[in-house]
Amino acid sequence: MFDNFVVPNLLPAAPEIFLVVMALAILMIDLFVKDSRRTVTFVLSQLTLIGCAVIQFSTSTGEITYTFSNMFVDDLMADLLKLFLYMTVVIVLFYSRAYIIDRSEMNKGEYYVLALFATLGMMVMISANHFVTVYIGIELLSLSLYAMVAMNRDSVTSTEAAMKYFVLGALASGLLLYGMSMIYGATGTLEITGIAERLYGGGVNNTVLVFGLVFLVAGLAFKLGVVPFHMWIPDVYHGAPTSVTLLIGSAPKLAAFAIVMRLLVNGLITVAQDWQNMLIILAVLSMAIGNLAAIAQTNLKRMLAYSAISHMGFMLLGIVTGVVSGDARYALNAYSSAMFYVIAYVLMSLGTFGMILLMARAGFEADNLDDFKGLNKRSPWFAGIMMMLMFSMAGVPFFIGFFAKFSVLQAVIAAEYTWLAIVAVLFSLVGAFYYLRVVKLMYFDAPEDETPIAAGADMRLLISANGAAVALLGLFPQVIMSLCAFSLLRSL
Amino acid sequence: MSTYPLLSFAIWIPIVAGTVVLLTGSDRNAPLARMIALVGAIVGFLVTIPLWTGFDLANGGMQFVELGSWIPRFNINYHLGVDGISMLFVILNAFITIIVVAAGWEVIQEKVAQYNAAFLIMSGLMNGIYTSLDGVLFYVFFEASLIPMYLIIGVWGGPNRVYAAFKFFLYTLFGSLLFLLALLYLFIHSGGSFAILDWHKLPIELGPQIWIFLAFLIAFAVKVPMWPVHTWLPDAHVEAPTGGSIVLAAIALKLGAYGFLRFSLPIAPDASHELAGLVIALSLIAVVYIGFVALVQADMKKLVAYSSIAHMGFVTLGFFMFSAMGVEGALVQMISHGFVSGAMFFCIGVMYDRVHSRQIADYGGVVNTMPKFAALFMLFSMANAGLPATSGFVGEFMVILGAVKFNFWIAFAAASTMVVGAAYTLWMYKRVIFGDVANHHVAELTDVNKREFAILGVLAICTLWMGLYPQPFTEVMHASVNELLNHVNISKIQ
Repeated sequence: MFDNFVVPNLLPAAPEIFLVVMALAILMIDLFVKDSRRTVTFVLSQLTLIGCAVIQFSTSTGEITYTFSNMFVDDLMADLLKLFLYMTVVIVLFYSRAYIIDRSEMNKGEYYVLALFATLGMMVMISANHFVTVYIGIELLSLSLYAMVAMNRDSVTSTEAAMKYFVLGALASGLLLYGMSMIYGATGTLEITGIAERLYGGGVNNTVLVFGLVFLVAGLAFKLGVVPFHMWIPDVYHGAPTSVTLLIGSAPKLAAFAIVMRLLVNGLITVAQDWQNMLIILAVLSMAIGNLAAIAQTNLKRMLAYSAISHMGFMLLGIVTGVVSGDARYALNAYSSAMFYVIAYVLMSLGTFGMILLMARAGFEADNLDDFKGLNKRSPWFAGIMMMLMFSMAGVPFFIGFFAKFSVLQAVIAAEYTWLAIVAVLFSLVGAFYYLRVVKLMYFDAPEDETPIAAGADMRLLISANGAAVALLGLFPQVIMSLCAFSLLRSL
Repeated sequence: MSTYPLLSFAIWIPIVAGTVVLLTGSDRNAPLARMIALVGAIVGFLVTIPLWTGFDLANGGMQFVELGSWIPRFNINYHLGVDGISMLFVILNAFITIIVVAAGWEVIQEKVAQYNAAFLIMSGLMNGIYTSLDGVLFYVFFEASLIPMYLIIGVWGGPNRVYAAFKFFLYTLFGSLLFLLALLYLFIHSGGSFAILDWHKLPIELGPQIWIFLAFLIAFAVKVPMWPVHTWLPDAHVEAPTGGSIVLAAIALKLGAYGFLRFSLPIAPDASHELAGLVIALSLIAVVYIGFVALVQADMKKLVAYSSIAHMGFVTLGFFMFSAMGVEGALVQMISHGFVSGAMFFCIGVMYDRVHSRQIADYGGVVNTMPKFAALFMLFSMANAGLPATSGFVGEFMVILGAVKFNFWIAFAAASTMVVGAAYTLWMYKRVIFGDVANHHVAELTDVNKREFAILGVLAICTLWMGLYPQPFTEVMHASVNELLNHVNISKIQ
């Protein structure tokens, strides 16, 4: 009766399986945990993520392994991105702890469980080798995030943000699905590697394919948050509780990069010319609108939202320069610089949102630019860290943000898109203005609020380490650069 | 030759000292912060002395070279070295750092640790710029040095400091971003090398050379600054605290000029010849027109700032004569300007600390209350005007001599600065120092104290030394300048 049933190789998906089991267990355990002892849930969630990292390490073979009938793939790129993903979520949970304790609406076990399920969604996205797997991953991530944004039930802005996020996110999923169905129509398969084979073999209806590609790129652009599909980003970043903004603004960028790589590079590299041209437009618009609109903001979260848009635009420059007139010589260089950019961005983004959480206390969000006025007087140490983060975001050496921009720009110049490089640096000049303004507020202005910073020692230590990482990885960027290059070399 | 990594010391000792100063924290520890800063600056200066004493005069190439791998992924190296062109600037920079720390000794009472740390760190970064032989290393130091200067202007500056700090940062960042693209182009074109010395030998067609030259020109012209991208300088100078003005004038302005010698001329020699006319025209405008602009300034700092632009016009003029006389004259002018403009800004600072005004109209008859100061200020004003026997004369004279050989009318226009320079400097001097005591502020002035006298005295000795006996300064340049000119006179087009 079960003759046709083959047990799939579970090993490549071991971290995902562990995470599901643990998340469900934590959901149960949390029922028996009193509000005052929520630390138990917190510790268990952190241990789960660390456990995932350990399993990831021990099961990694370094080879490209497909499982679940080729729906799921485990390769070095996935391993590396997932390790950064676990680290990111661990830091996110650490940073958000004090914040949610101060806001009792959010200090629930569900917060941690939803964060774990969001992580699972991102892991599935990273390892997807099938349109259905991609879609499941995206929905798992998105649904968890919708709920998290709305968790602060009494806040009107949060509810509004959740509503917007949900409606626009659903629209984006629709676009993506529509694009996928078109491509299925053209190639007759949903498997990403299979699509690449069909396209390579030729005889595919190009009109249907490119039609599908447009929708696919639009859907991806929504998830990445690049112009003109960026409208949700400022509202959601602004409206969501800061600890959730931290999660939305960091880890999903890793997963979004991964699905761009899986769908466009692994699957549709033969039509690279078509999607590259689309992405160039998106990249230039994102850098322009992101940087220009950020100048006008008075809310730091909103400013960082526009800055995220411009950063994703900059990152796309690495992806669009992989194939030059049919020649994929520079592909590895270009994609690995984009990957380095994403990792560097996530690190900086963690730090900056972490700073907002550090400054926040019960009943005070610290998310206006003016809340950072005179920080140098109140705490020179944290002002120094925030300054490093801002200069890093602006791409000034010796910080990691500079080398992120540097590696992407060299890929752009190598591909002989000089005009694109000039546009990119001119908009980063515009971008430098609003990062400098934050430094100005902290250093040149007098404080309006003399309350000492209330954060606990663990938070202070971790955010200092985050700042130190931005500076040290700026001095020695080689490690992560070569990790990115090596993992992509073994995965493409 | 020393076995110690002297250049690394010159870069990292000030930076480490600055970090230690930063750790002293609040203003309760201000005396300690000042002391550590002074010790750091002096040690930083002492380690640069062997660069001069151990310098091989016959060698036109790089000396004291240090080479280590930094980012192998892009073949970026930690590659340091000095030649006759850069060596003196390292020493000048370390020397000026001591002056700056001493200049802020009593004046700066707020955030003392951060103030001194910013200057020390900047001093280390500047040494990094002058000694880097790797394009990315150079760029990293070049851009990182904007951060401390931005903070110095913005935190300790005058009333309009925020505007000046932003203008300074964004102007210079604009220039350096295009410079970065040029570096990346050279990296790709040279088959994956960031070594500046490799680029000197790299053949490039005229078209790309011109683009590279223009990208370099924008970066360095902003930094020099050359007309018409000079407008950030008067703002930055006026708003910066005295120490900031000294560093800007004495060290930071030289970065752009140094960049021309290290990058523009040897990497794009054909484009340099092709576009020499453009640079010469801009330089002459700076020399003549900015000289007249200086004449009408009512603010002393602004006046000296404009005079700096005019003097730097001389420097770029000297470079693009492509003769040993011109280049060496320009280099002498750069070092002399370091002493003289530093001293001029310090003098203005001395008066500002007492009266809290930089307006010429608020002064008059200062000689009656500050005779010692008036005498020293006189010397530096004369040097600024280019009087023989001061350092200001030597460089200008050599550049004019070089220009006469090149083209009489260019030399004629350049020489007019002798008149205009004397006019604006001495007229300012007359209005501020001579005449009757103008008001009760001036009547209450006290003469320079020991610290101020010592600083001015040391600078005065340097000014006179260079004016009377410039040989030690010029002899180290010969070999390297000849080497450079050889490069520039060989076409790279194949």
